Amino acid sequence: MVQVAILEHHLGKNLQPLSASLKSINDFTLQWFVRAWRTIHFAALILTLALSPASYRGDNRVPMAKQIVAGTGQNLLWFTVLCALVSLVLIRIVVVTALSYGLSKFALEMVVRVLVLELIPLTAAVFVALRCTLPDGMELAEMRMHGDLDKLQRLGIDPIQREALPRVMAGIFSVLLLVAVSCVTSLVLAYLAIYGFSPWGFAGYTRVVGQVFSPAVSIILTFKTLFFSLAVSLIPMASSLYETAQTSLVPQHGRSKAALELSGMVRLFSVILLIEVASLLVNYY
Amino acid sequence: MNEISPASPNATSANLQIKAALLLLLMLALVGGAIVYLMYARGVFEAQQTLVLLADDAEGVAVGTDLTFSGFPIGRVSRIELSKEGTARMILDVPRKDAHWLRTSSIFTLERGLVGGSHLRAYSGILTDAALEDGATRPLLVGDTSAEVPRLVASAKELIQNLKALTAADSSLDLSLGQMKTLTEKMNGRHGALGALLGDEANVQKILTTLDKTNALLAKVDGLAGKADTQVFGSSGLVKETQATVVQLNAMLADARTSLKKVDAVLIEAQAVGANAKAGTADLGALRAEVEASLRKVDHLVNEINRKWPFSREVELKLP
Repeated sequence: MVQVAILEHHLGKNLQPLSASLKSINDFTLQWFVRAWRTIHFAALILTLALSPASYRGDNRVPMAKQIVAGTGQNLLWFTVLCALVSLVLIRIVVVTALSYGLSKFALEMVVRVLVLELIPLTAAVFVALRCTLPDGMELAEMRMHGDLDKLQRLGIDPIQREALPRVMAGIFSVLLLVAVSCVTSLVLAYLAIYGFSPWGFAGYTRVVGQVFSPAVSIILTFKTLFFSLAVSLIPMASSLYETAQTSLVPQHGRSKAALELSGMVRLFSVILLIEVASLLVNYY
Repeated sequence: MNEISPASPNATSANLQIKAALLLLLMLALVGGAIVYLMYARGVFEAQQTLVLLADDAEGVAVGTDLTFSGFPIGRVSRIELSKEGTARMILDVPRKDAHWLRTSSIFTLERGLVGGSHLRAYSGILTDAALEDGATRPLLVGDTSAEVPRLVASAKELIQNLKALTAADSSLDLSLGQMKTLTEKMNGRHGALGALLGDEANVQKILTTLDKTNALLAKVDGLAGKADTQVFGSSGLVKETQATVVQLNAMLADARTSLKKVDAVLIEAQAVGANAKAGTADLGALRAEVEASLRKVDHLVNEINRKWPFSREVELKLP
């Protein structure tokens, strides 16, 4: 009997850390689902508001215009210039490499596929996230912490419609516009890099572009860009509105604000990566 | 933006709204332009006719693959399906403006390269034939580079085996080379190529003896030739005498020429005599005419006398 008691004592001592780790895994999963649900709920709310004409009327009109101009204007020129430079370098590398292997007829197709279909949407999403939506999310979080949103609520103004929706719409619009402008710029640069300033390559070029942009590929590109823009705009706002030390996935005792921002950023990039992988799978399998 | 946005002045808000509207317009223009351009690139705005190509295997052909004519794309695959017979049916869209390159006698080929996709090509040998009708079905000839590779490898293998057989230790080539070696050794030996040709020592000796005799014979012939030379071309040789004879003949000919000249002169004189005789004959004619005239006058005179003469008598003798 003494031996059994000793065994039970030992087992009990060994099981204690195991049960603690199981509990933490359970909490982690639960909170993950809670956050995912809140993000989806926020997305649904924002999209409903976005489809409502009232969001673009009256007092809501000016904040919306302001956010769109501020969010897009500061990125458009720089991103286009940077994207043009990087595109030019990549196009040159691809064309020269293809030429050295005697595969120059595939160079244009490769340039269009690599740049327009894959790199530019991804880069634009990351650029907008870093330059626009993540700082906007932090701004919103600070406003919430300072009680500005509650003040708005007390004045009878929906804080989501007034403050969150314009930032989300600005983010979405910014990604879409940057992708559109950069894709067109890259296509023009690809033409100029391959054919020079001659109009006689236009028919062949158009044919290759038409071949690359089959209906399926075009739809996938559209959806990918759309999902990028949604992810980039919604996730930081949702985090800033709902994320607190209590709802965080990991205990936040003594964690700085920067750590919270970083975890939000990692989450956003994970979603972007998932969208990219999904689009690649659909495109090439 | 830490506090709630205060009501902006009207001018600023209007400015903001215009900028936002411009950005929206830019976005719409880009997206709209891209859609229209892609539709144009996909040939949506072109009138098309269809062409069906049948092949045993559609491997390497994808929707969107170009059909080229003389290197220029004139159509593209719009659909690939499996027919009831188990063959691949490729349905191609050919723009009407390019369809005139396809004739009823056109041939369509599918070429698979080692690198890159497959190429669909059209060949129209006779461009005056009737144009290919809409929805025409044609067989597709398949030329496969990668399928040629195993055949090529098999041929190469066969070639290598033949080479191996040729270069083996007991091969004909090796034996021939051995014999060649023996031959060259003999050629490098004492009697050289002659020994290699005749093989036997006795035969070589015979040939050598024959050669020696021939040499002796030639020496004799040489002596004979020397003598003949002396007789013919020597100081009292045949040639010299002939030359003297020719000189004499020349002298005789000169004499003969002189005699002939003299004969010529005689003949000229004879000609002159002849001419005189001719003139004399002409004078005789005149003389004769004169004599005849004188005789006629005498005759006339006698007749006149006889007529006038009273004693004219009958001269005619009358026979009883």
